[in-house]
Amino acid sequence: MPQPATEDLRKCIHCGMCLEACPTYRVSGLETESPRGRIHLMQALLDGRPATPDLTIHLDRCLACRACETACPSAVPYGRLIESTRAMLQERKPANPWLLWLFGHPSRLRRAFGLLSLYERSGLRRLLHRTGVASRLPQRLRMAEGLVPQMRPRFSRDSGGVVMPRAPMRARVGLLTGCVMRESFGDVHDAAAALLSRAGVEVVIPPRQVCCGALHAHGGDLQGARELARTNVMAFSEAAVSAIVVDSAGCGAHMKHYGELLADDPEWADRANLLADKTKDLSEILLPLAGQLRFGPLPLRVTYQDPCHLAHAQGIRAEPRALLRLIPGLELVEMREADRCCGSAGIYNLTQPEFSERVLDLKMADVVATRPQAVVTANPGCMLQLRYGLERVGLDVPVYHLAEVLESSALAGDELRR
Amino acid sequence: MYEYDAGFDRATPALVAAPGTAAETAAVVAACARAEVPLVARGAGTGLAGGAIAPGGVVVSTARLRRILEIDTESRAALVEPGVVNLALADALAPHGLLFGPDPASQRCSTIGGNIGNNAGGPHALRYGSVVQHVLGLELILADGTPCAMGGRAPDRAGYDPTPFVVGAEGTVGIVTKAWLRLLPRPEAVRTFLAFFADVESGAEAATAIIAEGIIPAALEMMDAPTIRAVNAAFEAHLPADAGSLLLVELEGPAEECEARHERIVAICRRGGATDIKAAANEEERALLWKARKLGYPALARLAPNNYLMDGVVPRTKLPETLRQVAVIAERYGLLVANMFHIGDGNLHPTLLFDAAVPGTTEKAIEASALILKHCVEVGGALSGEHGIGVEKNQFMRWVFSDADLDTMHRVRDAFDPSGRMNPGKIFPTDEPPRELPLERLKFRFAEDMWV
Repeated sequence: MPQPATEDLRKCIHCGMCLEACPTYRVSGLETESPRGRIHLMQALLDGRPATPDLTIHLDRCLACRACETACPSAVPYGRLIESTRAMLQERKPANPWLLWLFGHPSRLRRAFGLLSLYERSGLRRLLHRTGVASRLPQRLRMAEGLVPQMRPRFSRDSGGVVMPRAPMRARVGLLTGCVMRESFGDVHDAAAALLSRAGVEVVIPPRQVCCGALHAHGGDLQGARELARTNVMAFSEAAVSAIVVDSAGCGAHMKHYGELLADDPEWADRANLLADKTKDLSEILLPLAGQLRFGPLPLRVTYQDPCHLAHAQGIRAEPRALLRLIPGLELVEMREADRCCGSAGIYNLTQPEFSERVLDLKMADVVATRPQAVVTANPGCMLQLRYGLERVGLDVPVYHLAEVLESSALAGDELRR
Repeated sequence: MYEYDAGFDRATPALVAAPGTAAETAAVVAACARAEVPLVARGAGTGLAGGAIAPGGVVVSTARLRRILEIDTESRAALVEPGVVNLALADALAPHGLLFGPDPASQRCSTIGGNIGNNAGGPHALRYGSVVQHVLGLELILADGTPCAMGGRAPDRAGYDPTPFVVGAEGTVGIVTKAWLRLLPRPEAVRTFLAFFADVESGAEAATAIIAEGIIPAALEMMDAPTIRAVNAAFEAHLPADAGSLLLVELEGPAEECEARHERIVAICRRGGATDIKAAANEEERALLWKARKLGYPALARLAPNNYLMDGVVPRTKLPETLRQVAVIAERYGLLVANMFHIGDGNLHPTLLFDAAVPGTTEKAIEASALILKHCVEVGGALSGEHGIGVEKNQFMRWVFSDADLDTMHRVRDAFDPSGRMNPGKIFPTDEPPRELPLERLKFRFAEDMWV
C-alpha cells in the first residue's frame, strides 16, 4: 500500500522556514494550512490517527506547488510526501474519480472539451456574461465557468507527425502534446514546434502518446499514473529522439519523475529512467540554441509568472527570463514573488475553489502592480487561472505562453530578414 | 497541531485561537481570564526554545495580524501588527531607503511579535543591537484582557518606560497587538568580504583584534571547518576546502570610511594569518558571500536527520577556549558538532548533529548542550544571545541568577500578570521537575547536578 516514507518525514525539523513560502499559509495564517503542519498530519496518519474529513481537508488544501521545497533547509521531499499521502488516502476513499477518469483517455477529454467549445461557440457563454448570470453563480461553478478555455486553433500535428527543421539540423526531439495543452492550447504547440524548427531541430510527435499522468499522480491515483507513463515511455522510445520537449511545466516536472514512478517495475524502470533523463522543458532546449534564432522587435511590457512546476519542481527560473530578454523592445518587469503559486495547481481550482481564489487574489495584486501589457507564463493551468484572475480584477491584458511570445518575435525577425 | 515550535519539546494545547484584529485578541485573552486558563502567544512558531508551546493551555496565534499600519519616513518609525514577518517589513521599508535593524536568521518567516518576545538579534546585531534597541512603543493586552499602551512614535518618554521590559519577556506579561519600531536609514556604502584562516583559533584572534582596534563592523560572522565542508558538499559553494575557519566581515557607513576600515581589517586579517581574502565587488557578489554564510545551517541540517542549534554567549577573549571545549564535549558524547555564529558579539551557535531515531541520542545531545552552556556561564558568558529561554533553558537560570535576582524578576512579572497565566512554565526555573515535558525533566536533573 502506498504511504509517505518515514525517512522522508523525519527529514522535517519543524523549523518553520517553509511557512511564508506556502501560499495557503500566507492567505490563512494557520499552521494547519502550512507544509510543516501538513507533515505533522501525515505523521499523525501514519501513527494511526483516523483520516477524518477535518484532518484530510488540510491535506486536500495543499496546492502541491512545492514552493516549500525551495525554502526547506533540510531538503524534505515534500512533493513526494504529499503525493504518497494522497495515494494512501485515495486507496482508502477515492476522491474526484470522475476527473481522473476524464483525463485518463484522450478521447474522453476530447468529447468533454468539445462540449466546452460548444458552450462558447453557441453564444451561451456570452449570454451568461452579458446578463450577469455568470457572476451570480455559486463560487465553485463561477470559478469553473471562468476557467473554461477560450477557443483556440488545434495543433497542426494533432494526430502525430514530424516538423522538419528549417535550418541545418542540430537535433531530433519528441514533443509531448499532453491533455489540456492538446485540447486547449494547440497553437502553443505549433509555436513551440516552429521555434524548434527555426533553430534546426526536427520535431517528432509520436501519435501513440497520451496524457503524462501528472494529474493522476497528484490526485493519488498512482496506478493510473503508471499506466499512462508506460504508454508514453513506449511511444517516445519508438520515436528514437535525443530529448523529449515539454511546453507544459506540470507535465515536464512529472515526466522527469517517471523513473521514480516505475522504479518497482523491473520491466520498465530502466526505460522510464532514460525517458526521464531526456525530458526537457522547452526553455531548457531553446536557450542554448537561441543564437540560431533571429528575434524581431516586440514592444511589450510583460511580467513573468513562474509556474510552480518549472521553478520549484524543475529549478528552471533563469532560462525563460533569459529568452524573454533576447526580444528587442520587450520590457520584462518582475512582480513581487513571481514564483508564488497562482492557485491553479492542476485541478485545485476546481476542487478547492475558495482557497484557490484567495491565493489568486494575492497573486493578482502583485501582477497588477507591474502594470503589464501582457502576462507570460509556461503552463496551461497557470494560463487559464491567470486569465480568470485578470478578468476578476478587470485588467484587460492577454496571458501568453512563453512559446507564443518567442515565436511572435521570431516571426517578426523573419520578416525583417525578408 | 500547534504542539511544536522549532525546538525539541512538544505539548498539545487545549485550544488554538487565531484572532484577526487587536479587539478579537483582547476578547480571546478576556475569555481566557474568565475561564482561568493559561494562554501562550505564538507568532510563526520558529523559536528554538519552546517558548510558543502550550501544555494544556490556549495558543493565541498572532500570525493573522500581519498589517503594516504606518511607515512614518520623517519620524523614522513604523507601526506594525505583531504577525508582520520580519523580512516583509524589510521589503516594505527598502523603497523608502529605511531598514529595521534586527535580522534574525529566521527573518524569512519569523514575526515581529516573536522577535519582540525573544529580543531577537541576527548577524547585524553587532552594529544595531537586538530588538530591544528598536522598539519605541507597544500596545499590549494584559492577562485580564485590558489593553494598555506604552511609548509611541516619539523616542523620548517620561516616567517609567516598561517597553524594554516587555521586549524579551517571552509573552509572560501580555500579548503585543501593535508595535512602534525605530527605523534606520540604509547606509551609504556596504563592504563585504570573507577571510579564510588555517584554524578556528587564528580566525577568532583576528576577530578579537578587529574589535580591539576600535572597529565595529556591521556584522562579523564565523564558520568553522565542518560547516565549510558541509556547505561545499551540499551546495557546491567552492569555498577553499582546506580552510580551518572563515570570517565574514561586513562594513557599513559613509563610502570613504568603509574603504579605510576595509583596508585596516584586511591588514589585521593578513597579520593574523589569513590564507585568502575574497571581497565582493558588487551587490551580486555580496549576496553570494552572504549566501555562503546563510547556507551554513541548511548544509548542516542535511548532514544528519536532527540537529540541535544552540545559543550561548561568551566574552570574545574566551572564544578559542570555548570552541575547544565544545569540541571536547561533543566528542565525549559521540556527537558531530559544527559552529557558525556571530563571533563579533561572542554569540555562539554550536550545532550538534545526531539521529533522534537512535534511542537515547536526543538525551545525549541535551546533556552535551547542558555542559556546553554551563561552560559558557562559567567563563562569564550568558545562557542566551537571541533565542530566548523558554522551556529550553529555564532550569539553568539558577546558574546565572540568585534567588533574589529571580524573585525580583518574578515580582515585576506579577505586577503585569498576578494570575501567572501568561505563558506559564517559561523563563523561570521550576521547583519540581515538570510533568508534561520529558526533556525538561532531564534538564531539571542536569541543572541540579551541575549547580555549584
